[in-house]
Amino acid sequence: MTNTPENYINTDFGWKSWLLTLDHKRIAILYLLSISFFFFVGGFFAVLMRIELLTPQGDLVQAETYNKLFTMHGLVLIFFFLIPGIPAVLGNFLVPMMIGARDLAFPRLNLLSWYIFVTGGLFTLYAVAAGGVDTGWTFYTPYSSTYSNTHVIAVGLGAFITGFSSILTGLNFLVTIHTMRAPGLSWFRLPLFIWAQYATSLIMLLGTPVIAITILLLALERLFRIGIFDPSIGGDPVLFQHLFWFYSHPAVYIMILPAMGIISEIIACFARKRVFGYRFVAFSSLAIAILGFFVWGHHMFLSGQSVYAGLVFSILSFLVAIPSAVKVFNWTATLYKGSISLTTPMLYALGFLGLFTIGGLTGLFLASLGLDVHVHDTYFVVAHFHYIMVGGVVMAYLGGIHFWWPKIFGRMYPEFVARFAAIVVFIGFNLTFFPQFLLGYLGMPRRYHAYVEEFQVLNVMSSAGASILGFGYLLPMIYLVWSLRSGKRAGANPWDAKGLEWQTPSPPPTTNFAVTPVVTEEAYAYGEEEAAVAG
Amino acid sequence: MWEDLPLFPESASSLSGEVDALYVFLIAVSAFFALLICALVVGFTFKYRRRPGNERASRIEGSLALELAWTLIPLAITMVIFVWGARLYFALSLAPEDCLEIQVIGKQWMWKLQHPQGQREINELHIPLGRPVRLTMTSEDVIHSFFVPAFRTKMDVLPNRYSSVWFEPTRTGRYHLFCAEYCGTKHSEMIGTVHVLEPHEYERWLRGAVAGEAPAEAGRRLYEAQRCDTCHFAGPEARGPVLAGLFGRRVQLADGSTVVVDENHLRESIVAPNARLTAGWQAIMPTYAGLLREEEILQLLAYIKSLPAPEVEPRNGDGR
Repeated sequence: MTNTPENYINTDFGWKSWLLTLDHKRIAILYLLSISFFFFVGGFFAVLMRIELLTPQGDLVQAETYNKLFTMHGLVLIFFFLIPGIPAVLGNFLVPMMIGARDLAFPRLNLLSWYIFVTGGLFTLYAVAAGGVDTGWTFYTPYSSTYSNTHVIAVGLGAFITGFSSILTGLNFLVTIHTMRAPGLSWFRLPLFIWAQYATSLIMLLGTPVIAITILLLALERLFRIGIFDPSIGGDPVLFQHLFWFYSHPAVYIMILPAMGIISEIIACFARKRVFGYRFVAFSSLAIAILGFFVWGHHMFLSGQSVYAGLVFSILSFLVAIPSAVKVFNWTATLYKGSISLTTPMLYALGFLGLFTIGGLTGLFLASLGLDVHVHDTYFVVAHFHYIMVGGVVMAYLGGIHFWWPKIFGRMYPEFVARFAAIVVFIGFNLTFFPQFLLGYLGMPRRYHAYVEEFQVLNVMSSAGASILGFGYLLPMIYLVWSLRSGKRAGANPWDAKGLEWQTPSPPPTTNFAVTPVVTEEAYAYGEEEAAVAG
Repeated sequence: MWEDLPLFPESASSLSGEVDALYVFLIAVSAFFALLICALVVGFTFKYRRRPGNERASRIEGSLALELAWTLIPLAITMVIFVWGARLYFALSLAPEDCLEIQVIGKQWMWKLQHPQGQREINELHIPLGRPVRLTMTSEDVIHSFFVPAFRTKMDVLPNRYSSVWFEPTRTGRYHLFCAEYCGTKHSEMIGTVHVLEPHEYERWLRGAVAGEAPAEAGRRLYEAQRCDTCHFAGPEARGPVLAGLFGRRVQLADGSTVVVDENHLRESIVAPNARLTAGWQAIMPTYAGLLREEEILQLLAYIKSLPAPEVEPRNGDGR
């Protein structure tokens, strides 16, 4: 330790120095620990579900238990892993570093948002321990408001509270990105990760209050029988679906946009090239954030909303697919005439490209009205959003963790094992979720504890894939922890990457930069000085 | 082993082939783009891998022509899919005339169905081959969804309102009926079987099944028992519109707007009569919410729909 210069980790080891820290990097570590915990909790529920689904009969757990498992799986992974995941861990760590700032604009607010997150998480865990909830993560009324006998309010409160941590994080990022960029760092010199975080923060700030209101109304109806959603007391159950999806559809963009930001960083670094069509990639993030607010009705083509409303939501859903396609094409074009090395982060990024493409294309099936009638509420939908959420977001998250791990902790992980794990994850993922597309078209509805026999072969395939995927997720857990003590020292810039975060020691000092950097070049100026030397 | 691994469900309705056609088209589009991206990524990664002689990337900023191409071409393709999907959606939504009308009530966790002649079924539906069938559906509790994969159609079933779904079976056989909207503990047991029979076998089934009272007949008795006719009759003393011939007509409401009298409007006029009052009538009708079961409301509707339109234009909302 004596030969390590002082950095944000070794500056103080007391527990108070962590729990009361205002350093964005330490808060990122707090988030990393908390969301990793929730990732494995949510994953554990999935393991039980996949074992149950090995046989058509509901024989491992009771129907009540199964319904709670898929509910908690969705709730925990969406509200406590996917939504906060990339912004609160990598965003927290990197936003100030990438723009040459010493911290976020409001460090105290940042710490508060972590405490709010943990409070919400504890409410949810309390509800799990007390017996769980069985409404599905979508809380559809009047089942959730009147018929379910489980802990709807406790869990709703958990999601409600956690929402405020999203709002505060979004606000913090917006102000920071607007006001704290280093001299010379104009908007079009920003790394695309920052553009993605900016677009995400907009959605967090504008969308999250709507889910908070919705949960509040649900609780009011459940507690005091005020008729809002339950038709037996004068409410409208479809109103709940409108309000719920008005947030929850943009929320999928909260999850995927930061993932896209990571992919831009990784591909540029390991192809040694500026991202092809930088401005198109940057603006497509904003286009997704804005259009994403107007497609919520595509979850409701069969809910009884007007067929004409269905038309509008369908065409808008096709439109929101275009900026995503533009990104995929630009990332692919970035590889052209690059100098590509297949490091672990790059493997995850290329895996993301393939899986996100399939996830996006199958979204077209669902946006298409006449076809959605058949595949709506089947495993086709489950497969589609797992391709985006797991194949997309989790792959990008793992890619980002591996890319910035040397920066965050100053250590390298064992590259060979890490590449092996990335390939295992890719294979296990496809084996788990591809069969679910077929199951969906065959007509297997989602959220079925028991199913008819002809669905068994595909379910067994899916469960087998899940065991490989689970193994793939455990590996990084082991070797990353191992690397903290025993990994090779990384040095300031092991990837020879551009970007301000690499211009400071690893792990960075508490103040990030000894001197505020001055930016004189565009983002991803790869090959510039080589060119200068060669010329 | 391939018999254990089907890729398409059975195809047994007049529109199931068309849904499959759009599905196959989308698979072709998706396969093309997925393979294109995959081939480019793998090809570039191999060709431009880092090796002696390729340590430096070429400097390429972007290309407006390419950006336009990969914005506009996907846009055009998605608009084709949109139009195709929308046409199919309308075909799936709009039932033809002269359907066999069947009433469906979903409740935790069973499907209750009734034929026009009064035969009741639970979790089973017998229908004849080649005749369009239209289901009028409501729920007694939470939201359910009526899903027959072999017919490629599905519709949510909501409490306090009617939704409908139609299909024309084109192959005899037994097909799965699933509840597709999560509805509580035994959601996965809310399943049943649709039996598509040759028309003569259907006739035989109808005769053999225990026929309860036909819904319209039960509705007539309810209509009399509830004394609907004390207010709804033709004449200057009438306190409500004549109901015969009302179904399917457009009437004016007290607030000036107009509405087509369909199942949902009739239902609302029974359980919440003053919510959309017909123009020209006093808000004096009491609510029947809680007094009539869902089945009874459906029976009343069947009776009202069965009444022949009167010869003379009655004194109704649109007549004044």
